[in-house]
Amino acid sequence: MANALGLEMKPVSEDDPAEVERVKNWINTEEYKEKNFARQALVINPAHACQPLGAELAAHGFEGSLPFVHGSQGCASYYRSTLNRHFREPAPAVSDSMTEDGAVFGGQANLHEGLENAYTIYKPKMMPIFTSCMPEIIGDDLTAFIKNAKNKGVIPADFPTPYANTPSFNGSHIHGYDAMLLSILQTLTEGKQVEGRCTGKLNLIAGFDANTGNYREYKRILEAFGIPYTFLADISETFDSPLDGHYKIYPGGTKLDDAADSINGKATLALGSYSTAKTYGWIKEGYSGKHAVMPMPFGVAKTDAFIMKIAELFGKPIPESLKAERGRAVDAITDAHQYMHGKKFALYGDPDYLLGYVSFLLEMGAIPYHILCSKGTKKLEKEIQALLDASLDGKGCTIYMNKDLWHLRSLVVTDPVDGIIGDTHGKFAARDAGIPLFRFGFPNFDRVNLHRYPLIGYSGAINMLTAICNKFLDIKDETCEERFFEMMR
Amino acid sequence: MSKKIEIKKVDGITRESTQAMIDKSLEVYTEKARKKRVPHLAPNDQASGSACVKSNKKTIPGVMSARGCAYAGAKGVVWGPIRDMVHVSHGPVGCGWYSWGTRRNLMSGINGVNQFAMQFTSDFQEKDIVYGGDKKLKTLLAEAHDLFPLAKGISVLSECPVGLIGDDINSVAKQSAKELDIPIIPCNCEGFRGVSQSLGHHISNDTIRDYIIGTREFPEPIGPYDIALLGEYNIGGDAWSTKPLLEECGFNVKSVWTGDGEMEKIAATHQVKLNVIHCYRSMNYMCKVMEEKYGIPWIELNFFGPTKIRESLRQLAELFDDHIKAKVEAVIAKYDPLMQAVIDEYKPRLDNKTVMLYVGGLRPRHTVNAYQDLGMTVVGSGYEFAHSDDYDRTAAEMPDATVIYDDITEHEFEQFADNLKPDLIGSGIKEKYLFQKMGIPFRQMHSWDYSGPYHGYLGFPTFAKDVDMAINSPTWKLVKSPF
Repeated sequence: MANALGLEMKPVSEDDPAEVERVKNWINTEEYKEKNFARQALVINPAHACQPLGAELAAHGFEGSLPFVHGSQGCASYYRSTLNRHFREPAPAVSDSMTEDGAVFGGQANLHEGLENAYTIYKPKMMPIFTSCMPEIIGDDLTAFIKNAKNKGVIPADFPTPYANTPSFNGSHIHGYDAMLLSILQTLTEGKQVEGRCTGKLNLIAGFDANTGNYREYKRILEAFGIPYTFLADISETFDSPLDGHYKIYPGGTKLDDAADSINGKATLALGSYSTAKTYGWIKEGYSGKHAVMPMPFGVAKTDAFIMKIAELFGKPIPESLKAERGRAVDAITDAHQYMHGKKFALYGDPDYLLGYVSFLLEMGAIPYHILCSKGTKKLEKEIQALLDASLDGKGCTIYMNKDLWHLRSLVVTDPVDGIIGDTHGKFAARDAGIPLFRFGFPNFDRVNLHRYPLIGYSGAINMLTAICNKFLDIKDETCEERFFEMMR
Repeated sequence: MSKKIEIKKVDGITRESTQAMIDKSLEVYTEKARKKRVPHLAPNDQASGSACVKSNKKTIPGVMSARGCAYAGAKGVVWGPIRDMVHVSHGPVGCGWYSWGTRRNLMSGINGVNQFAMQFTSDFQEKDIVYGGDKKLKTLLAEAHDLFPLAKGISVLSECPVGLIGDDINSVAKQSAKELDIPIIPCNCEGFRGVSQSLGHHISNDTIRDYIIGTREFPEPIGPYDIALLGEYNIGGDAWSTKPLLEECGFNVKSVWTGDGEMEKIAATHQVKLNVIHCYRSMNYMCKVMEEKYGIPWIELNFFGPTKIRESLRQLAELFDDHIKAKVEAVIAKYDPLMQAVIDEYKPRLDNKTVMLYVGGLRPRHTVNAYQDLGMTVVGSGYEFAHSDDYDRTAAEMPDATVIYDDITEHEFEQFADNLKPDLIGSGIKEKYLFQKMGIPFRQMHSWDYSGPYHGYLGFPTFAKDVDMAINSPTWKLVKSPF
């Protein structure tokens, strides 16, 4: 007897327990690690998503903005549910639901019908459009399609429709964020530059950052300085909106007028050079005032640099309150350093976050032992290496570029560390290695409220060291022998 | 099954009031969009026993739909839960990443050893689009086999680009299957195919038919009580409730499709005496195939809530001898008092509360009676990706004149909820926080909201506890600020 394809019939087999035991041990060996690192084609548990997810995050950061996915509807559902799960908040976005006929005739008809419906039903002030795979492959011409839509009167000619090509087979979510933000700013600032005008404000760009606490922390620091600012792509209200019995589809975001006027800013500061590269490159050429791009302010030294840069850009003294805050952070750090000193970590994440983790750990006397990026560049590798070279604790640490979390698993089971810094997806490797996972990155699907605790700035440093040290102390209390279980730690 | 239907009415809901609510929700639409939406929204005609809405049609571009795609139906629903296979998301990195661990189809086994709840992808880059990904696929299949020697097979689940650039995954799979001597199943489930997840279920069923079924046989002789359980995905451990329940009733459950599933047992399912199907929408195709080809009858059951479980078990027993009938009655007699105790505890807290549902292809009808067991009434229900036969089956379950919605848009859902003011909404993650912002208690009814199981006698107490927790949580009292 054979099946439909004439495939041979075999008996149902059961796993041999001895063989299961052998493989279970084998995947923890050096031999397996070598085999694992020799992979050429298969990617297992990657730590990055695709471009449109980042584009959607940027699009959510503006007033009345409805993210619009040009492509298959399933893509839009995936991006939305990822943001829903991470923030535990709504993520309203639409798609134009392209299907097979779109592949044959192109996506213009879907785009036009979609723009008209979304505009009519959800009454947005702006619809940033970005693409998933399908239109990228069939070669849809968004420039022409959108122009045609406006000529046909599908949406008003002056309605802002920034658009970005965000192919999923190129880059990662951070590049989609960058491409979308660039297009939004290009669209909104068009024709708004006024010779001699200065808003007197700082334009701040956070980069791809899904921690709403960070956004609030940046604002608090600027307010301490008394510096007026326009926070570009400000998702803090969108993804941390009050529950008061009324659903607001557009609960916050950067005001479109402010974004438009940002081109006349006194200064523009982008944080995270990897997720803002294109946007910053364009701003540097076209925006009035001063410009700077800096690493995200993780840890004391990088926060110092951030604060001094703001003082420098605005010629203002550093407020006493921030000086005191720095002192308190240093106090907290020295109080707790003994619980982190010499501890080894494996870390992975987006380039800008990764740089932040490395400098924070080195500052604490901890060791960023395995540093892994699943979508990185030579430039990033050099930059991380420079941080390692500048510290005594950086010796013996290794950078793994363009490796995934199955590689990470091999690393932590063969060459152990005390903890992993990453996101929810690292929980399998952490469990297998029997070490804690610190969910500082994106996404977090399995712990509550972490995105409300800032990681940047002086208070971010305190939050990170508190999470890490107390976890280590919990482990000690839970696992130590009875005779070493003591009142004080 | 020409049972006399008891017509249920809900105070304040008439055909007219429901129609007026529908009309009002569509006012904001363009003429064209309204025309397209009208056939998908209607008051239920309970007595008719047939669908009151159109379904399985394209989503209107530009509305906020909850639907996913064919790939989601294949990876997330049908193939993904088979625990001892490597499932490769073939194409760019995103699809596999988004669907990694987000359905809650739990699995036994050791991760990475004989269970593979991981994210395997070919992570297409520009060059793979330009030159094709077939070579890469061939390499990665060998790598997967090498690194995971206990994997019983590999499924290759195509993402959009694969079909668009004209790769031939079928020929690569065929060749590699021969070389590696394991089943490799190509599944052309590109996301742009069809109108929802549903086509992905169908395509996956077809690939199981072509590549899997009939390729294994059980070493032990087949007995009269050997059955298979289809359309049970082990969400939050559901199968670990339903499989033992059927076993307690005297059956041997030879395979589960596909929750905590084992490829080889699925492949030998053509030997069983009866297929028991829970999620009809996603697996009726294979029931029909096995019926035609192997003469295996099938029966559709409902494991939500004691009333439906009791009914279902008796229906099932009817197909067997006195031995089974006696066992089933003993099981019912054993659990009935336990379930009554659950009802006695929760019904006073939930009596007369109302619910709106919007889920995938089964629960909008299958859970209706479980709420009723707790004294609650479902006042609106609909599906993301059901077909006419699902809506036919829904008519009798839902109270007369209540609103039925197909592929509802977020705007319509919000309007209906605002009008009906339900005490609970059961739907998905994309809807959850919207309604919670409105102050409406909510449970995710795709994933059991990180709880479960909800199926069977083991599940009902958890279901009741969760529904009570959602509705009666004191936290909702804090929503209205005193200032």
